[in-house]
Amino acid sequence: MARGERIEIEHPDWCKNCGICVSVCPTDILIKGKKIVEIFDLEKCIGCHNCELICPDFVLKVVASDED
Amino acid sequence: MKTKIFKPEKRAVLLQGDQAVVEGALAAGVEFFAGYPITPASEIAEGFARELPKIGGKFLQMEDEIAGMAAVVGASLAGKKSITATSGPGFALKQENLGFATMVEAPLVVVNVQRVGPSTGLPTSPSQGDLMQTRWGRNGDQEIIALAPASVAESYELTIKAVNLSEKFRQPVVLLLDEVIGHLREKIYLNDSEEIEIINRKRPTADQDPKSYLPYQQTDDLIPPMADYGSGFKYHTSGLFHDQSGFPDGKKETAKLMQDRLHNKLHNNLEQIIFYQKDIRNDDRVAVLSYGSTARTAISAVNTGRKDNLKAGWFKLQTVWPFAEREVAKLAAQVETIIVPELNQGQLIREVERAVAGQARVLGINSYAGELIKPEAIRDLMEEVL
Amino acid sequence: METEKYLRMDKLPHIWCPGCGHGTILNSFIRAFTESDLDQDKTVVISGIGCSGRATGYLNFDTLHTTHGRAIAFATGVKMANPNLNVIVMTGDGDGTAIGGNHLIHAARRNIDLTVILFNNQIYGMTGGQFSPMTPPSDMATTAPYGNIDQNFDLAQLVEGAGGTFIARGATFDPRQLKRLYLAALKHKGFSFVESFSQCPVSYGRQNGSGDAVEMLKSQKKNTVDFKKWQQLSTEKKQLLYPLGILKEVDSPESEYTVRYKKIIAKANQEGAL
Repeated sequence: MARGERIEIEHPDWCKNCGICVSVCPTDILIKGKKIVEIFDLEKCIGCHNCELICPDFVLKVVASDED
Repeated sequence: MKTKIFKPEKRAVLLQGDQAVVEGALAAGVEFFAGYPITPASEIAEGFARELPKIGGKFLQMEDEIAGMAAVVGASLAGKKSITATSGPGFALKQENLGFATMVEAPLVVVNVQRVGPSTGLPTSPSQGDLMQTRWGRNGDQEIIALAPASVAESYELTIKAVNLSEKFRQPVVLLLDEVIGHLREKIYLNDSEEIEIINRKRPTADQDPKSYLPYQQTDDLIPPMADYGSGFKYHTSGLFHDQSGFPDGKKETAKLMQDRLHNKLHNNLEQIIFYQKDIRNDDRVAVLSYGSTARTAISAVNTGRKDNLKAGWFKLQTVWPFAEREVAKLAAQVETIIVPELNQGQLIREVERAVAGQARVLGINSYAGELIKPEAIRDLMEEVL
Repeated sequence: METEKYLRMDKLPHIWCPGCGHGTILNSFIRAFTESDLDQDKTVVISGIGCSGRATGYLNFDTLHTTHGRAIAFATGVKMANPNLNVIVMTGDGDGTAIGGNHLIHAARRNIDLTVILFNNQIYGMTGGQFSPMTPPSDMATTAPYGNIDQNFDLAQLVEGAGGTFIARGATFDPRQLKRLYLAALKHKGFSFVESFSQCPVSYGRQNGSGDAVEMLKSQKKNTVDFKKWQQLSTEKKQLLYPLGILKEVDSPESEYTVRYKKIIAKANQEGAL
């Protein structure tokens, strides 16, 4: 958590569970859930924005981490 | 700012009908033309190409008729009074985007200088064959306003009226000339600019909050204020049926409400839309009902007939759509016979018969292969029925 | 990021299918717009019909959802009527290269200052998977049940031949590059065109055994290469890969159409003009 930024599921209602975000995460912290994407291990998020930038449904957002 | 080539002082000029359309449009405040060359309407495009840049206006020769129509709708939404011109085959190509203009309520004018169809037909011969194409050429039900000048002077006056009606009602207006009127040269008097009534579309008021702006608001007059693109309202425009906000919601009630408003905004104001001229005496037993170039023949036949004491009068429609149903019904109560000469196989006559509803006999005279109707043909029929 | 400012949040979620690349294009576009210094209130976004046509409904600008294929023609009217507006067209491969192909080449020829973003998913998605002029030969489509025999366009070459002054190609597997391309296109004075590869896992993918959206993005990556690298390739290899990046950029704002028309206005107002 060097950069103090983490992914957040900003709009869970908009997620169509396509799995694209899961495939672009370099630290494998996202998984396809039953209905929508789920964050498996937030601690490993490096705030790279890959998932946020490619998400076709504006679901994900990298935000400043509260802990920092 | 330099103004029109024909100075606005009232003066006589010798003009073609097509050129008078250009003059009328400029007088009414038109600043944008987009179109495609076609006989017998090309003189209109040529006139705008020459005149519009002089007033800082824009002329576009597009890649096809469809694009010409689309560009005019775009310009109208960007806030400019806009016009295009074509003839029958091009008018057919413009129909889809004309329906779009009706749907998004974009004020604009489409000039159709009619020639003989179907298809390429007789490009340099007159016709009134597009009367029903004007009314029903698009998919779905919808109203249209169409004016039909019978002279060069009327080409000028009715173009101004067409622009004004389009702006007033947020409604595309068709101007139906025919080849004879388009190419006819007559002396006309251009008005002083202060004599001309100019109507500009209703725009949102200065204190209108963009957040609460409804581009398709159900106002009392059924004509919503229209914001120019780029004026901060950030609204959506769509050919799908839309609610007051402009967004489609897929609901049948929304479609019904909008269909009704589009219809009623015109039908509640027919007295402002339907123009006609008539000369019917109390004891006239026959009336010749016509429009466009045919009205010239009709009036001539009636005037010479009257010299021989024929009890005949004339009724000339300047607005062909919406059809002057009440006025024609009234006429039918006055006379025994209505003669409807037309340069087609009988289009307006269907509307006349519907309005007359058996109150009078309705007879057509039709020429549909490029020949004008001769006054003698009308005279003969008048004598036959009297 | 202020991206939410440019979306109509109350209209989301959008109607596009799960895994559709069109949302990634919108995502990249609003990020590009955020980085540009363009005025939101002076920007009009115009679309046609089909899946791509729905883009305008979600974008918070003056937006115009036109008839099928005609977005560029409407846009030409808007831009000419008010050249101070930024005019952006969002179209699809069916909308922009079949029914609207004529308008595309003529807008490029005029070099009018429009930014055209073409969503290329190689299929008519909304109508259920018919082949478009961008569907490659031998692919399957509901109207090519024995395989497609039509050749597809090389769109970049088509627009270049027509006279476009900014031509780029990007793909949804690389949204960072897409954003850069859109930003450069928005800044370009003249006709700018960005072909944007998008995946359609439903109407295209199912018929062609392409796998899900993730698989399709992998294929995109495999079939494309950066333009600079592509230029180094042998002629044979060039045929097999699509170059991505800015493929052509000519900086000549004076040749832009509305700029040239201003000169016509000046000419018409000179003494002794017609």
